[in-house]
Amino acid sequence: MKYVITTGRTVEDAVLSAAIQLAVPRDRLEIEILEEPVKGLFGVFGGKDAKIKASVEQSSVDKAKDFLSKVLDKMGLEPVLDIKEEDNVITVNVSGPKMGVLIGHRGETLDSVQYLTSLVVNKNSDKYKRVLLDTENYRSKREETLKRLAKRLANKVYKTGRKFTLEPMNPFERRIIHSTLQKDPNVTTYSEGSEPYRKVVITLK
Amino acid sequence: MVELLEYIAKSLVDNPDQVEVEQVEEEDIIRLELRVAQEDMGKVIGKQGRIAKAIRTVIKAATAKEKKKVIVEII
Repeated sequence: MKYVITTGRTVEDAVLSAAIQLAVPRDRLEIEILEEPVKGLFGVFGGKDAKIKASVEQSSVDKAKDFLSKVLDKMGLEPVLDIKEEDNVITVNVSGPKMGVLIGHRGETLDSVQYLTSLVVNKNSDKYKRVLLDTENYRSKREETLKRLAKRLANKVYKTGRKFTLEPMNPFERRIIHSTLQKDPNVTTYSEGSEPYRKVVITLK
Repeated sequence: MVELLEYIAKSLVDNPDQVEVEQVEEEDIIRLELRVAQEDMGKVIGKQGRIAKAIRTVIKAATAKEKKKVIVEII
């Protein structure tokens, strides 16, 4: 629910300005009258404006768009957002200059913005929606990098016979390493440590 | 960055009108003090501080160009 509080000489005036501020047709607004207008002397002196609260039910996509465009704008970025919703998954692709700032070290900032967006989208809603945020194909590029890394390290472990511990990764990234090496005939993988420092270990079978 | 922190916090809590952010400049750091309603504390901290960590990461990215280090404190 998103709302504005507006005033106007009549309730109708206030409703119209709310509709303009929220950029939705007025029949989608839910109106609560906070103060009835009072006509002043000669219609000028001592009159009081009408004050209303107008709310509008927002879709998940609208919530995501609203939150992301404001946050990214305040981070000094000029993003173009492409948002889709399918099977309760909201996919957002961000483009624009300076996307490196949004990605951050190892995708840390991208993950944080994605997490905060999912909290905002799912706040006060009964059906859980997953939010996936990406820019410049970072996610798929990162997946490729991790697959290559996994294969290279598996080879190294096989040759040297010594186990190798990777740097801490989030669950999604660890899963990529595990599934890449699942069918490897020579090595096996497991995770150790606790979040957020959980690491994948590659060892001989 | 006060605006950014305030906007994020207001989007997460149930009582946005009780969100306050104060910027305190110190010698080598800038401290952003975030205050929310008592019952909204969990909404900005999260399980094992996960939400707080995400907020700090975003603020850190937004203020990377600042000369002083910016830290977020939840009070």
